[in-house]
Amino acid sequence: MSSNALPIRTPEGIVFSQTLAGPVLRFFAWLIDGLCVMALMSFLTGLIRVFGLVSPGLVNAVLTIAFFVLNFGFSIFFEWAWRGQTIGKKLLGLRVVDAEGMRLQFDQVVTRNLIRLVDLLPLAYVVGGLSCWLSRKCQRLGDIAANTIVVRIPVVTEPDLDQLLAGKFNSLRQYSHLAARLRQRITPAEAAIALQAVVRRDEFDAVARLELFEQLASHFQMKVPFPQDAIDGVSSEQYIRNVVDVVYRTSATT
Amino acid sequence: MIIDLQRFIRTERPVWTELESILNRLEAEPNLKLSLEEIQRFHDLYERATASLAKLTTFSAEPATRQYLESLVARAYGEVHETREKRRRLQPIQWLRQNFPQTFRRQIRAFHLAVAITIAGCAFGTVATMVDPESRHVTMPFGHDQLKPSQRVSEEETRTKDRFAGNRTLFSSQLMTHNTQVSIFSLALGTTWGIGTILILFYNGISLGAIATDYVSDGQARFLLGWLMPHGVIEIPAILIAGQAGLVLARGLIGWGDPTPIGSRLRAVSRDLVTLSIGFALMLIWAGFVEAFLSQYHEPVVPYEAKIAFGTLELAALILYLGRSGRK
Repeated sequence: MSSNALPIRTPEGIVFSQTLAGPVLRFFAWLIDGLCVMALMSFLTGLIRVFGLVSPGLVNAVLTIAFFVLNFGFSIFFEWAWRGQTIGKKLLGLRVVDAEGMRLQFDQVVTRNLIRLVDLLPLAYVVGGLSCWLSRKCQRLGDIAANTIVVRIPVVTEPDLDQLLAGKFNSLRQYSHLAARLRQRITPAEAAIALQAVVRRDEFDAVARLELFEQLASHFQMKVPFPQDAIDGVSSEQYIRNVVDVVYRTSATT
Repeated sequence: MIIDLQRFIRTERPVWTELESILNRLEAEPNLKLSLEEIQRFHDLYERATASLAKLTTFSAEPATRQYLESLVARAYGEVHETREKRRRLQPIQWLRQNFPQTFRRQIRAFHLAVAITIAGCAFGTVATMVDPESRHVTMPFGHDQLKPSQRVSEEETRTKDRFAGNRTLFSSQLMTHNTQVSIFSLALGTTWGIGTILILFYNGISLGAIATDYVSDGQARFLLGWLMPHGVIEIPAILIAGQAGLVLARGLIGWGDPTPIGSRLRAVSRDLVTLSIGFALMLIWAGFVEAFLSQYHEPVVPYEAKIAFGTLELAALILYLGRSGRK
């Protein structure tokens, strides 16, 4: 079964990762696109029916072709025009990209959308969903044939740190060299955990919160030990707030 | 490594901004061609951005900056390292004169295999119809198995009312879309390592062989040719080309004797798959049109010889087109 991050190593030795979209999210994006196609067809039907008085046969012929073209062309058009996104994918923050990080080509867009016919079998994406679930890169058959993947584009909203950390003296900033060492030694995952603990403090009950901040404080104190006078009288929670302040608000003055 | 983050970001941000603006231009205009100086500058900016990312990768103080840089490098990486030619603006005349026939000939082995599988199916259908006439209910599409050919010919030739009157355009559009969808399905089944494509080609062959044997053995060969040839000489090759595309895809997936990774193999055939798909779709549009507006007219309205002559001309033109067009 697939994991949800696909690391890509560049020839320069830099690694960046793409967050793979799971089958359920992709299914919902497909449903939204399906609704858009239906809405477009209803609109088109209403529009063309006006000419039905002249030639009903011609109207039905145009609708048959229009439905066929929309069915295949909708995703092809949007994925090409919006660089890997359809309306459904845009709403859910998904994007089709080349599996090796290269530029998405028109041929890849067409191929993955033609092969959709098999992915839809026997109904509602069962084949595509199974393939996605079993594939290391979460690819349906169309993605395998086109060498594409679907990734999630996370919306990064920076928390309002000024609001969270305002009005408190930060004793750690008195030791600027240790603060710099803390910024350097702390991993992104550790920083994110500390930030989340501060942001979501009200979601924990009192005992669990106390325990969590004590564990975090002892962990960060081991990473970079500060002198006793910097931590005297500072609660575990305040210590973590100070750590977050040092790590995320590099522009603040000491 | 301890870096002065504020200074670092202040110094590098203009580089990232410039790189982002070039990327925005490249992505907004797929046909944009950069000058040599611009390409060199773009490459320099990319190198600077990757170096910045390397510095920030283990430095958590600016997670948002790191994430931004990661996405910038990911976007630029595709542009810098892409070796496939950019698709130029749509040039339908050149596509028709060169791209499609050249692609067809480049993948001719897959076409030969598709033809061989269909002929095998035809042989099976012929033998089955001769040995066991009751097999017609399985080998022929519904409708054809219900009537003896001579009965159908008699009905068609004595018909006074046009059964498609007022609906001929609709019939034509249904033929086009249905046949195209089945052909796309045949291509798409290439993802089953070609097994599905082979089965579809073989089954088509069985139906064709069974119907042909049925008409010939009933003394209706002239009607059969007059009925099938006008649209069939385009429709059958179109279905074979769809099978060809499916087999090309299957070869890319399996990679017989090809040591290159699967991604590279599929990358190499993806443009051919799309070219063949557009080609067979266009052929099926023509075939649907001819089937609705000519093939369904029989004697005495249209003499069979005229329809056979029309079909022969179409076939000759198709052979000439696919075999010769775009040759240097």
